[in-house]
Amino acid sequence: MARIIAGVGTSHTPAIGAAVDNGKTDQPYWQPLFKGYEPAKQWMAKAAPDVVIMVYNDHVNAFDFKVIPTFALGCAGEFPIADEGWGPRPVPVVKGYPELAAHLVQSLVLDEFDMTIVNEMQVDHGLTVPLTLLFGSPAQWPCRVIPLAVNVVQYPAPTGHRCYRLGQAIRRAVESWQEELKVVVFGTGGMSHQIQGPRAGLTNPVFDKAFLDDLSGDPERLTRIPPIEYLREAGAEAIELVMWLLMRGALGPRVEEVYRFYHIPASSTAVGNIILESR
Amino acid sequence: MAADKPYEDIPGTWIFDAERARAGYHLNRFLYTLMKESNRKAFLADERSYLEQFKLTAAQREAVRTRDWNRLLELGAVVYALAKLAFTDGRSYQYMASQMTGMTEKDYVDMMLKGGRSPEGWRSKSEREKH
Repeated sequence: MARIIAGVGTSHTPAIGAAVDNGKTDQPYWQPLFKGYEPAKQWMAKAAPDVVIMVYNDHVNAFDFKVIPTFALGCAGEFPIADEGWGPRPVPVVKGYPELAAHLVQSLVLDEFDMTIVNEMQVDHGLTVPLTLLFGSPAQWPCRVIPLAVNVVQYPAPTGHRCYRLGQAIRRAVESWQEELKVVVFGTGGMSHQIQGPRAGLTNPVFDKAFLDDLSGDPERLTRIPPIEYLREAGAEAIELVMWLLMRGALGPRVEEVYRFYHIPASSTAVGNIILESR
Repeated sequence: MAADKPYEDIPGTWIFDAERARAGYHLNRFLYTLMKESNRKAFLADERSYLEQFKLTAAQREAVRTRDWNRLLELGAVVYALAKLAFTDGRSYQYMASQMTGMTEKDYVDMMLKGGRSPEGWRSKSEREKH
């Protein structure tokens, strides 16, 4: 049977990808960040998952405003890298797992989570930056990736509670797949940040630390954070943290935190990384 | 009855909601086309005629011309689409953000290096007035 062995929470700031792509990782600005991700990369090399379910959001690249799906599951065999305005990132094409994705769709819809099915989709920094942070810069990504795109761009995003419950349903779906597979679920985006308007640059380390603490200890508290609280306390774009709750829901009731890293800044973002193993 | 919008009370922020998305639909469609290199070149070569392909309001057109980033947010641009205009200009995201805050890019980057902007005084419009 397929098993979800762990979850990774990580920011997906585009500037991080640009730093890698332009060979800036040793610069004083970036060096502490990449040093901080080193243990997570080592953990990932050991964990060697067969499949990653990548919970992320598209930033007006795959989805323009004709259609805005709240939850969209990538069912294609591969996902090309989007040109977001400065040329596509020079990273490998992302290989999907259409058979498992189709199983997830069927299981989730019958479990009353109405997923949008996406058979063709470009992926942007929301998906590729987490891959780079955890897998480095290989010639091919070492595992298959099923993208799960969550709308956090147009208000309202799905609630943290809804995301958490979808995560729980994903766990049930994965465990009903017969093949022996190790699956790692990523929750990406955040942490506190605002990248628009006169309030841009807002960060809230107190909010972020409490969020990281409660991911393992009291995720139910986090599922009760209303959307307005993310916006007010942690910045307009901090609503992305609901995607970390989707990841957390997929890990089952008991987890062990095996790594944590927190750093300000990457561009306008407070960067967080956590690894939680299912117990 | 209008939708409840508690987030309108957050200072210095334009939450991209359904109403803004409707107002900004054609503006965002224009910005979305800047994902293509050939379109970026065509836009830079002749901004005015490039924009004629899209049903922008006069105010939106003027805000694009003057790169009035906050006004563009107010008129319905979503920040991720707006970033494509900054990139087309050869600017960074941080540059665009600094312009929105009225700071120089250097001061903005320095603020971030010092840990970013505290939420104190920025939680609500009334808190902002007192600050």
